[in-house]
Order: sequence, then structure tokens, then C-alpha cells
Amino acid sequence: MRFDFDYFLSLLFSTRFFEPVAIVIAVSATAMVIGVVVGTIGGIVSNSPLPLLQRLVRLYVTTIRGVPVLVQIVFWYNGLPALTGGAVNLSAYAAGIIALGINEGAYMTEIVRSGIQSVDRGQREASQALSLSYRSMMMKVILPQAVRIAIPPTGNQVVNLIKNTSLLFTVAIPEIFATGTNIFSANFKYFEVIAVVAIWYLLLAVGYGFLQRTLERRFAKGRRTLYDLAAA
Amino acid sequence: MATDARADGSGREPIIVLEEVNKSYGPVHVLKGVSLSVGRGEKVVICGPSGSGKSTLIRCINGLEEHQGGRISVEGVQLGPKTLSAVRREIGMVFQSFNLFPHLTIKENCMLAPMEARGLSKAEAEERSLDYLKRVHIAEHAHKYPAQLSGGQQQRAAIARALCMQPRIMLFDEPTSALDPEMISEVLDTMMELAESGMTMVCVTHEMRFAQKVADRVVFMDQGAIAEVGPPDRLFNSPSSDRLALFLRRILTH
Ligand SMILES: Nc1ncnc2c1ncn2[C@@H]1O[C@H](COP(=O)(O)OP(=O)(O)OP(=O)(O)O)[C@@H](O)[C@H]1O
Ligand SMILES: [Mg+2]
Repeated sequence: MRFDFDYFLSLLFSTRFFEPVAIVIAVSATAMVIGVVVGTIGGIVSNSPLPLLQRLVRLYVTTIRGVPVLVQIVFWYNGLPALTGGAVNLSAYAAGIIALGINEGAYMTEIVRSGIQSVDRGQREASQALSLSYRSMMMKVILPQAVRIAIPPTGNQVVNLIKNTSLLFTVAIPEIFATGTNIFSANFKYFEVIAVVAIWYLLLAVGYGFLQRTLERRFAKGRRTLYDLAAA
Repeated sequence: MATDARADGSGREPIIVLEEVNKSYGPVHVLKGVSLSVGRGEKVVICGPSGSGKSTLIRCINGLEEHQGGRISVEGVQLGPKTLSAVRREIGMVFQSFNLFPHLTIKENCMLAPMEARGLSKAEAEERSLDYLKRVHIAEHAHKYPAQLSGGQQQRAAIARALCMQPRIMLFDEPTSALDPEMISEVLDTMMELAESGMTMVCVTHEMRFAQKVADRVVFMDQGAIAEVGPPDRLFNSPSSDRLALFLRRILTH
């Protein structure tokens, strides 16, 4: 089979993928917000003096990291309704976003946990000597420093998450890969279509890379004059 | 024999009282029944070889380390889980490695605890922080970040940060050990000014000049116990133990 260059170009510059790309961005962003919230809580709990909750977080992280994302997606979409006798029946989007967000949360828990741990011990001791409450110490001293450490690995997670949205084709969400499969199963131009699909993912990853570097530069300076103590 | 350093003989009202304090890290017995009483306004310098338990001792006083036996009281309040925050209110601490908050300016470093733990308004905290930064002579650097200052300036900022909580007692754990030689005296001068203001001070340091000038008593620790205690002149000029004599020879030739 010959590479149909004209078709490839026309597909690449068509509007066919605009909506799927928008879906991927929206789903990734929502799932990432869930992941960051869950991960921040998980990371704080992992470093807290709460052994029972700590174990729960360990169980969560081990489970999620040990189960393929695809299996998790199918669990939320098909498994949960079956388990609850139809009482819980999530839409494809809800199931997909929850699955990716909860999966992301496990990795973010580890990132936040190690970020907190790599803040110098002396920072805690100084906080304690200054009578700061645990909450104040976390919010004003430890987390702001942990965030700076956590930003580069979080960037990797965002790119992984964008790529993982392709698994949502299994629950019939019209994202980039699903759109591609629909096209090539109609015209059999597998290579041209999959190349376009790949290019879109690549563009998203590269585009996010720019955003990430801006973010890193912001934080690496560590001289944020906008840090306002009064803002709690 | 552990020397009993309970009575300082000056008739000062005791503000810190340690009685038979014991502390172990697992099998390692680090403090072996230390008794010491510090009077209000008194300046005590603690010296001794590495690993003798000096840091552990002063970190027990503000509860950064938990002691396992004996009693510690500050201003008549016995240190325990319930009284920890009350005791810490009275005590400021300065660390060897400064431990300034790197993401905050010097001024913000000084404002954080008064605002978070004492409920001062931003304006009040700012005024107080500038006041203390002036006293340690770095008010002109208030807007800078710790990384932009020299070690000596950072340590003086750390002293100001502790003073902003208006403690009655200041603990120092080798405040000049991490500094280049030319910066040591600026920190010691600041500490001497603080001493003149009447602050109760417990300083772990090997700066003998500082001890001679400022200390009411010097405590020599060895192997987790107080081996000798007395006024600096007597301790330094006529040490009664071989261990202290050896220790003094070592740091003087250093
Ligand atoms: N967290 C810890 N875990 C186990 N052992 C410790 C710990 N901290 C201190 N030690 C031990 O306790 C003993 C006393 O330590 P400490 O730091 O109080 O000594 P120091 O007199 O301050 O010494 P230096 O002059 O080196 O600072 C040492 O033997 C040390 O190895
Ligand atoms: Mg020490």
C-alpha cells in the first residue's frame, strides 16, 4: 500500500480533530485537578502522624499503581453498575474522568509525599520552635517548598495523562484516538490516520511542555514577591 | 560523677529547671541524669566534645526532643504533651544552620509566626519585624530572600525572627559553627547586645571569647552528663577534671 500524502495532509488540516482535541484537553484538565487534589491530601496524610489514614493511603496507592488504567476505566464504567445492581451508573465522561483522576491521584500522592519529605528537617524544627500550628507549618512553610520540588515530576504526569485519555475510546468517548479508529475503519487508510492521531498527541505534549517550562521558571526563581502572607 | 548544677549560687529566681533528665535514642543513652537550673536573666554557655549531648540537652528544653526520664520546667510549668505549646511560647531558638524559610523574604520570615501563632495583624507584624531587624542591624535587607544574604546576615535574621515572638529565653545551638570566620564576630556581637538587654540565654558554643565575656556560668558536658560547671574564669583557668583540661587544650589550639 502506498502512503496517500494528499489524504494525510487534508486530514491533518481538517477540522475533524478539533472537537476530539478539545475533549482531550478538557478531560485531562479535569482529571488532573482531581489528581492534584487527591494527591495533595494523600501526600499530606502520608507525612502526618495518623497511622490508620496512612495505611489507607498506602493501600490506595498500591492498588491503583498495580492495576492497568484500562481495567480501572472499565471498572468505573461497567464494573460499578454491575456491582451496585445499576444503582450507580456513571456516564462515560464521568467514569472516564473519575478513573483517570483517581489513577492520577495515586501518582500525585507519591510526588507530593516525596516533595514534602525532601523539605529540610530544619524547616519543621524552626516552625515548631516558633510555635506554628501543624496547619500553619504545612500551609505556610512546608507545602510552598514542596510544591516547587513537585512541579517537574507533575509535568511528566500531565503528559502521561494526556496520552492515557486515548484509553477512553473503550467507553466510546469521541476523543482523538477513537475518532481516528472511526475514520480508518471506514476508509482503511490506517497509516495516514494513525500518523495524524500521533501528531495531535505530540502537539499536545509539546504544547504542554512550553506551559510547564514557564511554570518551572516562575517557581524556580523562588523570589515570588506576590507571596502574600495575609492571603490565607 | 555527675555534677549537680541545680544551684547557681546567685540567688536568681530559676526560670529553667532540669531535674535528672534522661534521654535515649533506642539503645543509645544520650543524656544521663542531667540536672541544671538557669536563673532569670542568666547566661549559660554549654560546651563539650562532639556527641556529648549538648544539642540534645537544649533541644529537650523546648520539646524538639522528648526526654524520657526526669523533669523539665520552664517558668514553673512542667514540660509535657499538654504544656508543650505553653513552654514553647517562652522560648526562642537559633540553629546552627539558620533554618530560615527560603521562600519568604527576611521580613516575611519574621512576620510569619507572630501572625500565624499570635494573631498579629499584618501591619503589627511588619512593624515588629522591622523593629527587631533594626536591632540586629539588617533592616536594610528586610526585602531580600535568605539566599541573597551572607551567612552572618542570615543568622542575625534568624535571631530577629526568634525575637519577634518576644520570648523570655533564647536557646542557641552552635550559632556560629556554620559561618566563615570573618562573619562570626557580627553574630557574637548581636548575641552580646541581646545579653546586655537582660535576656535569659543558653548557648551551646565553643567561642571562648564569648563565654568569657558573657557567661555567668559555663557548663562542660561529657558523655551525656554535666562534668563540670562554674564561672568561666574558674573553669577555663583551673579546670578540675582532666577531661575539661584536655578539651580546652584542643579548642584553644584549634
Ligand atoms: N536522632 C538521633 N538518633 C540517634 N542518635 C542520635 C540522634 N541525635 C543524636 N544522637 C546521638 O546522641 C549523642 C549526642 O548527640 P548531640 O547531637 O546532642 O551531641 P552534641 O554534643 O550536640 O555534638 P556536636 O558537638 O557534634 O553537635 C550522639 O552520640 C549522637 O550520635
Ligand atoms: Mg550539637
